[in-house]
Amino acid sequence: MRNILAITHRELRAYTSGWMAYVVTAGFLLIGGFIFWVILYRSQQAEMRAAFQNMAVTLLFIAPLLTMRLLAEEKKTGTMELLLTSPVTDLEVVLGKFLGAVALLVAMLALTFAMPLVLLHYNQPEWGPIWVGYLGLLLVGAAFLSVGLLVSSLTDSQVVAGFLGFGILLAFWIGSWATPPGATGIGAALQYAAITTHLDDFVKGVIDTKDVIYYLSFIAVFLFFTVRVVESGKWR
Amino acid sequence: MIQVENLTKFYGRTLAIQDVNFSVKKGEILGFLGPNAAGKTTTLRIMTGFLGASNGTVKVDGYDVFDDALEVRRRIGYLPETVPLYPEMRVREYLGFFAALRGVPRAQRASRVDDAMRKASIASVADKIVGRLSKGFRQRVGIGQALVHDPPVLVLDEPTIGLDPRQIIETRRLIRGLGKNHTIILSTHILPEVSMTCDRVVIINRGRVVAEDTPQGLAGALSKSERTLIRLLRPANDVIARLEALDGVEKVRRDQPAGTYVIETALGADVREVVAAAAVENLWGLVELRPVALSLEDVFLHLTTEEEGVSA
Repeated sequence: MRNILAITHRELRAYTSGWMAYVVTAGFLLIGGFIFWVILYRSQQAEMRAAFQNMAVTLLFIAPLLTMRLLAEEKKTGTMELLLTSPVTDLEVVLGKFLGAVALLVAMLALTFAMPLVLLHYNQPEWGPIWVGYLGLLLVGAAFLSVGLLVSSLTDSQVVAGFLGFGILLAFWIGSWATPPGATGIGAALQYAAITTHLDDFVKGVIDTKDVIYYLSFIAVFLFFTVRVVESGKWR
Repeated sequence: MIQVENLTKFYGRTLAIQDVNFSVKKGEILGFLGPNAAGKTTTLRIMTGFLGASNGTVKVDGYDVFDDALEVRRRIGYLPETVPLYPEMRVREYLGFFAALRGVPRAQRASRVDDAMRKASIASVADKIVGRLSKGFRQRVGIGQALVHDPPVLVLDEPTIGLDPRQIIETRRLIRGLGKNHTIILSTHILPEVSMTCDRVVIINRGRVVAEDTPQGLAGALSKSERTLIRLLRPANDVIARLEALDGVEKVRRDQPAGTYVIETALGADVREVVAAAAVENLWGLVELRPVALSLEDVFLHLTTEEEGVSA
């Protein structure tokens, strides 16, 4: 655990010492804020449902920007060699990096809390669904980050990692669009795999165990593959 | 302290090193000498656990690098050839990170970092951003990183590459000083470097160990003569004396199998013609005549043997 936190801490230090994290956070808040304002203005409803859905899509676009550096840069500069020859396991390296990205995500989501506070100005919003919605956003965002981390382990080019991560996330998102509701077989599988559909219940304020399990297992699978890719570096 | 046994590594179908064997005693500074692309970095990477081996074992302090990877890594400080740094960090932070990662307890971390900075002579840049340091300082930050958890074993891959003459001298002095408390393996393609810093030398060429000696012994092994091998079907009883009587021949000795002789001559002299003429004239049955290329000398041809402006 100490090793994981040491790596997480260094990742946060790397985020805060460069421009990337600030620019991405600013972009996320601007886009999210604009959408929130448009929805609020049009619907005149003191709720966050539609805003959460849109924030999830925005996260899909920016998550690869946060993760593309994580392993690709270490491979490029050779610091990977120092990490992997230190007395830490490959799993600890991967988890440390993942938690670093998740910590940044938490900070970004915390900053969006200005939005429900704005609602207070108009009406007393229902806090339950808002908290649950944030939980959903955290899970969906972490799932995005796990995909980004995997592609970052596959290449030493940040640009390739960014684009590939973006492409895979997009495929997960739009994969279900072609299938009608109530589809069976492959269509049902595609719908189940679609990352954002599992967010629907969360933004309504409902925590469905099925969705929580979906996200947690999604993250676990991608982290597992990342560890395997890191391990396989030894056997070139 | 370190035993390397039968180490073999293929990259795909390309053989990088084959049956590499050597050992390092506690407190020794071992020079790992070889021309570029001889397999030095591959061997060191396997020793540090960064790469797997196709065959063979490495033991550090009794622990197997594959079975007890974490125990081995705890005991090794490693400076890769590329000197990997996190450019955005400050020197103190960078060393602190690796101290934490290598299991230095929180309470001792600050003092261990200070100690490593003192040993590597980088205390003056403790609060500078790593990415803005000069090449020489970066190299020493890299060495500091290898020292920060006070490991019994240091593995340094080409520690003086890319430095200017003054920095090279300083780095070698630093390494000699570290040799008092650490077992050190350093790789180099520079011949004078081993005689200046190492107690013992392992020479590797094309993935194989071709010699193992002290720097002094090595200088002796560097022959001052050239050798020609001949094989005769019907050598006369006094063939050695008669060959030695020939112009240019210094010494002749018998070799295996029977009928084979090795003729030593002065450097640059070519006695093949006179030897052949004598053999034919005396009907000794000459079936083979060739210059002998010693693997060791072959290696030395590809080593950097002189350095501009460096003498220590």
